[in-house]
Amino acid sequence: MKKSLLLLSLGIISALQLASAGDITGTITLKGTAPAEREITPIKDDANCSAMYPGALPTTHFYVTDASGDLADVIVYLKGVPSASTGASADPVVMDQKGCLYTPTILAVQTGQKIIVKNSDPCVHNVHTLPAVNPEVNQVQMPGGADLTFTFDKPEPFLKFQCDVHKWMFAWVSVFDHPYFAVSGKDGKFTIKNVPPGKYTLEAAHRKLGTQDADIEVKADGASQNFTFEVK
Amino acid sequence: MNKNPRPALFWFAVLNAVATFLLIGLGGLVTSHEAGMSVPDWPTSYGYNMFALPIRFWTGGAFFEHTHRLLASTVGFLTTVLAVWLWLKDPRKWMHWLGVAAFLLVLLQGILGGLRVDLKMASLGVFHGAIAQIFLVLVCSIALFTSRWWLNSDKEKQIAVPRGLRSHFLWVTILIFIQLLIAATMRHQHAGLSIPDFPLAYGKVWPDTSTTAIASYNEHRIEMNGENPITAFQVVLQMVHRLVAYTIFLGVAAAAMLARKKLGGGDALTKFAFVWLGLLTLQIILGAATIWTNKAADIATLHVMVGALALLIGSLWCIVAARRTRLAA
Repeated sequence: MKKSLLLLSLGIISALQLASAGDITGTITLKGTAPAEREITPIKDDANCSAMYPGALPTTHFYVTDASGDLADVIVYLKGVPSASTGASADPVVMDQKGCLYTPTILAVQTGQKIIVKNSDPCVHNVHTLPAVNPEVNQVQMPGGADLTFTFDKPEPFLKFQCDVHKWMFAWVSVFDHPYFAVSGKDGKFTIKNVPPGKYTLEAAHRKLGTQDADIEVKADGASQNFTFEVK
Repeated sequence: MNKNPRPALFWFAVLNAVATFLLIGLGGLVTSHEAGMSVPDWPTSYGYNMFALPIRFWTGGAFFEHTHRLLASTVGFLTTVLAVWLWLKDPRKWMHWLGVAAFLLVLLQGILGGLRVDLKMASLGVFHGAIAQIFLVLVCSIALFTSRWWLNSDKEKQIAVPRGLRSHFLWVTILIFIQLLIAATMRHQHAGLSIPDFPLAYGKVWPDTSTTAIASYNEHRIEMNGENPITAFQVVLQMVHRLVAYTIFLGVAAAAMLARKKLGGGDALTKFAFVWLGLLTLQIILGAATIWTNKAADIATLHVMVGALALLIGSLWCIVAARRTRLAA
């Protein structure tokens, strides 16, 4: 009975907090001229992978922008907030190997959150993580093989995944010990949902362009913050 | 003591030396293709017995890593046979132990290569690369010591090689080994080219290595193969590699000139020294080409192989010069 009351109270508190929590929204813009992306020519040397590209080869995509210069693949997150990972109960994130490329190449998860890695290709891959603080893992994944599951216990920015069979295949995963983060979409927009009201430092990180900070205050109706990165 | 040449033993030692040289090339290709971890298990390969891996899996980076393992096993087998052969048939006691040293070194090298995979320790790759160079010198020396020329040379009149000349060759050879260690460290950073231009460096004689400059270099790099971001340390390391390369080239050029002056142009050691100079010239060209081709795997690997030959020639020159001097005394 006591346990039920306690759970009910916790549920009500969480619901009230969620009710007063707001979303942080914004847009990331790129200023300046980004270096031209390159055609991934090593694919030509691999019979299995090149067979999937009868036409043009894919290119690198470090600087993904739309016509307005809105920048994708920027990870935006609250900095310096207390650990509050809900990763263990969060939905898994899926990363696929398709056309001898990782999809997506930039993603963010919480500590303890599952990353399911699929192999949709007709060839073998190895999935090799190169972390700075988490344990390194290297596993083979046969064509049609079972999905691989990865979790990370410690927060870490831009933890690299790579395939050493196909050296052009790589992706980066940022790991947080809280749920307050988002990755900007193709229109440069991001939304961090359900942030409790308060003052925070919001940080935006791009794999090539570094990080930017902004002090923000989240109210019941949320907050808005844009970032502009510049290629110098 | 029976010092009759044993041609079969000599040619077997040569076979082992050639296989070792090719193995260094294949190991170079593994690193040039960033394929060292493409087969995540060892001594098995993708869970199969290494020698029974179906050929359909010999693709991409795994082709280089797997064939490197197979050739390494072959060299291990050849070295074991060579060590036993030397122990049983060579009358020289010190040759028995040289065979044992080769066996132990190839064993250590195999374990290091395996541990680099199993422990996922990239730094072990540097030691693996360095020991490979020492092993090549050792097996080539064994081939030299079992040759008819070596065994019969004490019957001929020998001309001593001046101590200063021998010291010069020795120091340049040591410098080449240090350069190979620097190169192995550079290659196992897995960061691609830390400086993309040559003979200048980011358009300057000495590049800016400030935090702002490094951030800018990384912003403008479009890494095809997911290389790690470059650091100031890596930029400085490549500059040191260039400076040591110039020093070695001048050292080898001086060595060739000194050899001609002290021993005469017709002396075999002088000719050998000029071969060394030719090799170093080729090595400088290959180093430049490595940068100009954005570290094309075949060019970078040739650079590794010619580097190994440069160390080998310097080492063998020193050995032959020391022996000649001892016999002349």
